[in-house]
Amino acid sequence: MIWASWSDFWAMGGYGQYVWGSYAVVALGLMLEVRSAVQRQRRAIALIHDQQEDSDL
Amino acid sequence: MSFKNFRWFHWAAPQTFYPVAGRLWRPFAVLAVVLAAVALYMGFFVAPTDFQQGEGYRIIFVHVPASWMSMVIYLAMAFWAFLGFTFNTRLSGMMTQALAPTGALFTFLSLWTGALWGKPMWGAWWVWDARLTSELILFFLYMGYIALTSAIEDPRRADKAGGLLALVGAVNVPIIYFSVKWWNTLHQGASVSVTKGSSMAQTMLWAMLLMALAFWAYTIAIALYRVRSIILERERHTGWAQEVTT
Repeated sequence: MIWASWSDFWAMGGYGQYVWGSYAVVALGLMLEVRSAVQRQRRAIALIHDQQEDSDL
Repeated sequence: MSFKNFRWFHWAAPQTFYPVAGRLWRPFAVLAVVLAAVALYMGFFVAPTDFQQGEGYRIIFVHVPASWMSMVIYLAMAFWAFLGFTFNTRLSGMMTQALAPTGALFTFLSLWTGALWGKPMWGAWWVWDARLTSELILFFLYMGYIALTSAIEDPRRADKAGGLLALVGAVNVPIIYFSVKWWNTLHQGASVSVTKGSSMAQTMLWAMLLMALAFWAYTIAIALYRVRSIILERERHTGWAQEVTT
């Protein structure tokens, strides 16, 4: 086992802020992209529904 | 079915591709999550401490895969742009556009994780060496592509202008890749620990390659997902698009 304890794990041998800073930004970036992609798909579908309602009038 | 008989143009129609992409993105998304989980486990619990950089080297497991994807995605965009110019297929331009935000994201992540790695190891967040500078130019190319295509209202003209930028900008990719050989850079050459030649290096390499595969799967999933939105946005006045969204 590489890590003696959880605090040892989070410390990353003194590089904690750099290592976790990297992984946090990667996770955040991917989550934001997924969210924006889902929103875009919802918007695209809503746009079609709106124009259908307009044409039904 | 042989290569020749496969009806490429049939599948290149947005209407036929929409449901195909809808079925395909999910398995790639699942694959990305599973691969990333295994890669993270290997990167943090199997791969040992590096003899030179201690635990700080573990940034490599996201930094290198993100950098690879930043280049691969730009080449993929150039490929679709080329197909678009050659066969005049509408889907090509949509695929180019669907890939661009993901490419920009990975380029940003490559630069960001690189800065967080550079600070403790080199003592600087940023240096103007050839590798870093050419990667920054790649980021500007992605931003330029996104700005250009969203500024042109007619989607076909936007595809043409953007496609040209994707093709011309692709020259930058080999410059990034070979920059560490062609110039004397602060950025190291090939992977830090592969050449150590012990069983330790093996597990490090695997963690990195698995994360790269996870990023590949993620890119395919998100591009297929996003191309569906682009198809709907452009085909919203057609009967099939209205049917498929009810």
